[in-house]
Amino acid sequence: MLLSTLFYISAIVMLASALAVVLSRNAVYSAILLVLTFFSLATMFLLLEAYFLAVLEVLVYAGAIMVLFLFVIMLLNTTREEAMPKLIQLQKAASLFLVVIFIFGILLLIVGGTTELHQAEVISTVGSARALGTALFTDYLLPFEAASLLLLVALIGTVYLAKRKI
Amino acid sequence: MVVPLEHVIILSGILFAIGVLGVLFRRNALVIFMSIEIMLNAVNLALVGFSRYYNSVDGQVFVFLVMTLAAAEVAVGLAIIVALFRNKQTVNVDEINLMKG
Repeated sequence: MLLSTLFYISAIVMLASALAVVLSRNAVYSAILLVLTFFSLATMFLLLEAYFLAVLEVLVYAGAIMVLFLFVIMLLNTTREEAMPKLIQLQKAASLFLVVIFIFGILLLIVGGTTELHQAEVISTVGSARALGTALFTDYLLPFEAASLLLLVALIGTVYLAKRKI
Repeated sequence: MVVPLEHVIILSGILFAIGVLGVLFRRNALVIFMSIEIMLNAVNLALVGFSRYYNSVDGQVFVFLVMTLAAAEVAVGLAIIVALFRNKQTVNVDEINLMKG
């Protein structure tokens, strides 16, 4: 009971901060609020018993990626950009249409989902670093190696883009 | 599970919709990029929820790979934004219209 309350609280914090990321006028505020989003998401991962991923979420997203974001925001010095420029009429209409369709789909899910997907108490055995590591190095060895190749490509591409005038 | 699976899925859907909203409404390339991160994380949340529901490690492996991909994507994308800013002095995506006929 206490745990589910904690889950809903972090859900509210996450949604509010994600909305604030989107609507904030200042890009630096957006970045800081995005860190808050990631932290509350990590809390939810913890409550869903994905312990290793919760740690990774904080380390990779809130640590590495957000530092990169803040670095670029400071480098470009575009913090005082106006937030809500006037969109073209057609653009605005199309955006609203798409978002409304999306929200409608979610509402349909809420109304239509009659079957309660509440699981009986099963002890989770998959959240630990050991379980994830075993899966990664046996069944998912090829995707794992492909991911390492992807990181290498990204590294080379970033150095290339940053080095010369394009 | 602490909460029913459907709550996790609904939450993930709403978070994804917020990300879509950001991509569609904002003109600042950096904020659009952050919205893409929000969408990726919404998918991660759904995957972790299903992984817990079926007590299977597969979903978590996918989340791991998505995080790797997000890191690579952010590095390359921010490099592209910096290169764009060097040439055009702006990160407003409406002003980057070189290929518009």
